[in-house]
Amino acid sequence: MTERIDSLRDEARAAIAAAPDTGELERLRVHYLGRKSELTSILRGIADLDPAERGPVGSAANRARQELEAELEAREAELEASELERSLAAGAIDVTMPGAPPAPSAAQSLLVRTQREIEDVFVGLGYRVMEGPEVELDYYNFTALNHPPGHPARMAQDTFYVDPETLAPGLEIDGLAPGPEDVVLRTHTSPMQVRSMESQGPPIMIVCPGRCYRSDPFDATHSPVFHQVEGLAVGEHITLADLKGTLDEFARAIFGPERETRFRPGFFPFTEPSVEVDVSCFGCGGTGKLADGSRDPLCKGVGWIEILGSGMVDPNVFGFVRENGYDPERVQGFAFGMGIERIAMLKHAIPDLRKFFENDVRVLRQFR
Amino acid sequence: MKVPYSWLTSYCDPGLSAEEVGETLSMHSIELERISHVGAPSSEGFVVGRVLSAEPHPNADRLRVCEVETGEGARTIVCGASNVAAGQTVAVVTPGARMPGGEKLKRAKLRGVESDGMILSEQELGIGDDHEGIMVLDPGPEPGTPLAEVLAVAEPVIELEPTSNRVDCFGVYGVARELHAVTAAELAPPPWDGDAEATGEGTVDDYASVTVEVPKLCPRFSARVFTEVEIGPSPPWLKSRLTAAGMRPINNVVDITNYVMLMTAQPLHAFDLDEVRGGGIIVRTAREGETMTTLDGTERSFDADTVLVCDRDGPTGIAGIMGGLVSEVSESTTRVLLEVATWNGVNILRTSRKLGLRTDASNRNEKQLHPELALRAQRIASRLLVELCGARMVPGTIDAAAEIPGPRRVRLRGGRAERLLGLAIPFADQVAYLRRLDFEVEPDGDDLEATGPFHRHYDVTREADLIEEVGRIHGYAEHLPATLPAATARGGRLSREQHLRRRAEDLARDLGFDGIVTLSLTDPGQPGRLRIGDDDPRAATIRISNPLSIDHSALRTTLLGGLLDVARYNLAHGARRVALYESGRACLREGEPLGEGTLGGSFAGLRPAPAFEPWRLACLASGPLPGAGWRGEAAEPDFYSLKGALEGVAAGLGCAVEVVPGGQPFLSPGRAGRVLVDGAEAGWVGEIHPLVCRAWDLDSAAAFEIDLAPVVEASRSGSEQYEDVISFPAVEQDIAVVVADEVEAAQIRALVAEAGGELLRSIAVFDLYRGEQVGEGRKSLALRLEFRAADRTLTDEEVAAVRERIERELAERLGGSLRG
Repeated sequence: MTERIDSLRDEARAAIAAAPDTGELERLRVHYLGRKSELTSILRGIADLDPAERGPVGSAANRARQELEAELEAREAELEASELERSLAAGAIDVTMPGAPPAPSAAQSLLVRTQREIEDVFVGLGYRVMEGPEVELDYYNFTALNHPPGHPARMAQDTFYVDPETLAPGLEIDGLAPGPEDVVLRTHTSPMQVRSMESQGPPIMIVCPGRCYRSDPFDATHSPVFHQVEGLAVGEHITLADLKGTLDEFARAIFGPERETRFRPGFFPFTEPSVEVDVSCFGCGGTGKLADGSRDPLCKGVGWIEILGSGMVDPNVFGFVRENGYDPERVQGFAFGMGIERIAMLKHAIPDLRKFFENDVRVLRQFR
Repeated sequence: MKVPYSWLTSYCDPGLSAEEVGETLSMHSIELERISHVGAPSSEGFVVGRVLSAEPHPNADRLRVCEVETGEGARTIVCGASNVAAGQTVAVVTPGARMPGGEKLKRAKLRGVESDGMILSEQELGIGDDHEGIMVLDPGPEPGTPLAEVLAVAEPVIELEPTSNRVDCFGVYGVARELHAVTAAELAPPPWDGDAEATGEGTVDDYASVTVEVPKLCPRFSARVFTEVEIGPSPPWLKSRLTAAGMRPINNVVDITNYVMLMTAQPLHAFDLDEVRGGGIIVRTAREGETMTTLDGTERSFDADTVLVCDRDGPTGIAGIMGGLVSEVSESTTRVLLEVATWNGVNILRTSRKLGLRTDASNRNEKQLHPELALRAQRIASRLLVELCGARMVPGTIDAAAEIPGPRRVRLRGGRAERLLGLAIPFADQVAYLRRLDFEVEPDGDDLEATGPFHRHYDVTREADLIEEVGRIHGYAEHLPATLPAATARGGRLSREQHLRRRAEDLARDLGFDGIVTLSLTDPGQPGRLRIGDDDPRAATIRISNPLSIDHSALRTTLLGGLLDVARYNLAHGARRVALYESGRACLREGEPLGEGTLGGSFAGLRPAPAFEPWRLACLASGPLPGAGWRGEAAEPDFYSLKGALEGVAAGLGCAVEVVPGGQPFLSPGRAGRVLVDGAEAGWVGEIHPLVCRAWDLDSAAAFEIDLAPVVEASRSGSEQYEDVISFPAVEQDIAVVVADEVEAAQIRALVAEAGGELLRSIAVFDLYRGEQVGEGRKSLALRLEFRAADRTLTDEEVAAVRERIERELAERLGGSLRG
């Protein structure tokens, strides 16, 4: 009887190993281990056997049953795994189709981005960011910046004047109704110099970004609306050399680690001395020549690019805020003003200032 | 300012090339615009020659065969000019030299006679129109002298851009002084040393008189009279200098006035004295609408601020800008009245702008010359008139002058330059630089006293101005160290509102809206196209009184117009859809600042801003929303998609917004809402009115615009506090509320929130159903409710009790029921 059990077990083992799928496996389970199977009937018939045979046959049959159950389970896991693989393989997709769009991705304005970069450089150097109005008083835009009435630099600035009839009824400036040249669209961010010094005693270190307006017709480098960042640092010992170090830091942060600045004499009514600031050219590295020996078009072969105007705050400007602690005998400092469009144009090779205000999304999306 | 190199180096020659001179000036005094060239590419092969003989050509009637001495023996030159004659000193170009046009001169056979060079006419050198005759030079220079020593043959021109405070550098001698100060190369004595000998008859008062009625506008009017003036062409050297400096030679008298102006920066004007009616000059302001024809042949009319130079019968010149045609020096002129005057610069600038007439004279006069400079120019011009025009100067000078400002002394205290510049300049150098700039310097201990030259009178008035002088001459590029301020003021950072504005902009970008920056100048008709009524404050734009064009003459009162403009542009240029945002100020005539910050229009400064400028954020979408791919079409933007974007921005800023029904003239009625933050107005959201869409060529669009100040004010960002939501987790329950169609979702929310009490932590709408299951005229709103207690896990019984309360309240107050 035990021989029969052994042969049954071997036969079943071979069949299980050869089963091609889980269906066949289930058939084999019924056939060898089901209620009507030979092994089950052997176990059921044990009571009818000789007492001497009952022990060995019972244990052999039970062992065979356990073994086969284990075999079936293992084989089933094996077959299920391969069937899953097959069904997965059958469901393969075209991985070359484009992905479904994730959350939408849009562009940040390059002007906004550049302005933030500039702000961040100066915040890191200890500056705060202040803002002023775009519709500004002549007083802040000119008079308090040492442009007395009739000063040629006033007229040179191509100012947009605000029609006083279109301001708030009853508006008074120094107790009088505004005249035709009392209110302007600010021609630079410099009015914030005096506004900020009126609101805060020395020392002061601020940058002031914002929109400016000049009656310059549109061309590749002019727009009636443009953006500037003003800088102002005033304390007891702030020098022109500090301005140079500050602008070197700025130039390296914006244009690359090898950059340096160069000062040339200039003239602005609200700084003395005044300087024009060049940055060493990031196209050619300051040599004026490209790798192939040709003239660098970016700096026109000069090796330097003019980026901003600046200087030491004119004592006359301090005269307008003397009451607030700005005694020109005691405090001194520097101011600078740069065009955000110009910085962005230089850095990103934008050929025409008008591109900023055209807002063509094909262009916008080149800058994230 | 065009400075011919040879003219400049005749006053100061540091031994540098034109490029080096330009670079040196650029780094220390005046910005270099460019180096240009006039004449031939090189002066090589151009020499002075003397005509030894001029014989008829054997084979041609019109040609002459000349023997010309050019220093290395005589050479044969065939010449076509009729005026060539033996004994003349002429300009010769030898074979191999390059002509002004660039072509190389070749040895050529003319009718059988070989010509070994060419005798030049004025036209060939670009200094005159005469090509019939050869140019005859003054007899001075020896044959063989390089022509460049006599004339500007191949002349580099240093084109400079002097700043408006440096009128002295609008004269070649002034530029030479700068070059001297920077390089210490020797400077020629001032050209105004020495005067002409007065050989005329009588005195100047016998010929003319000058009355200045407006001494404030004309601080000095000097005049001299010249008789027996022979009008003719100027000599080649003078023509050549004028031409190189960019001026066209006219006649000797006019050329002299221009030449002296180019040399000294002081403009001069010559009148034909016989055309000065009555012989007397009156300087006065114009009568309103008075007219005169200027030298350029244009009749101009003046206002009462214009200063005119008049004679007995009326205007004969615009002061400091341009002379009148009536008294122009002409070929028949024999008596000249030479005016050298000082004008009020501001007045000249105003007049020049008003007339739209900028001249070399006005460009200098508007920058305010010192009255002392006028007499210097008189002396130089007088010598030249006598020398070159055979004129006789009448003794005496008419000098109608107000009080002449005296020399100005400025003190430069020891250590002050270093304190301001952060750069130590040896005291001796400071003294030397100022002296080279023509200051009289008296050292006084550690200090120095500098007395300014007249040509720097208005420019150098304070210690800081002297510091600039010594600093720039010493050289920033070579010497200025780079340091950082030793102590910073307060520590740098962005303010909370600046941080949150950046976040709002980034949220709009991340929600799929491209950031744009539009011109904030618009046309006054824009509010009308947006259907904004006249009584709406947004219709009352702030206007520019001197706009470039009507299209850019008003300030925007809403960001919507710019967004619509850019949407139209992009859809017309091939974009299928646009989603745009802009962040910026609107400018309104009136309004109370929204809080303390600059976002709300409160600015630093003692004087308030003259307009109301709140900072706004606006988004607009037109065409399918972002998110569509090949798996399906995205929705068209509608009210709810823009409201969703608005809520997304607000949520990202840690702020809740509420939208209640409320229209805008540019929004579709019924699809528009007011945005409230903490109950206060903060903007609008909605679908753009079809008529507005049509005006901008759009099929449809939706948008919102909000003031950022109240949103930032309400933001909880940064002040959030920890809450334990883990220990006793929330229980969620969905309910479906059936109410009449007209009941607003906000009413249901409010009721549920109230009935739910403090255990109810959030309510989210997740479905809306209308149909037979709820009956006609009714709708079912599905809400997901989140219940939570801080101190225990809620039981089903507790939640059920709340649900019952909600059901009861709904039935009582809104006639609603719970479904399912």
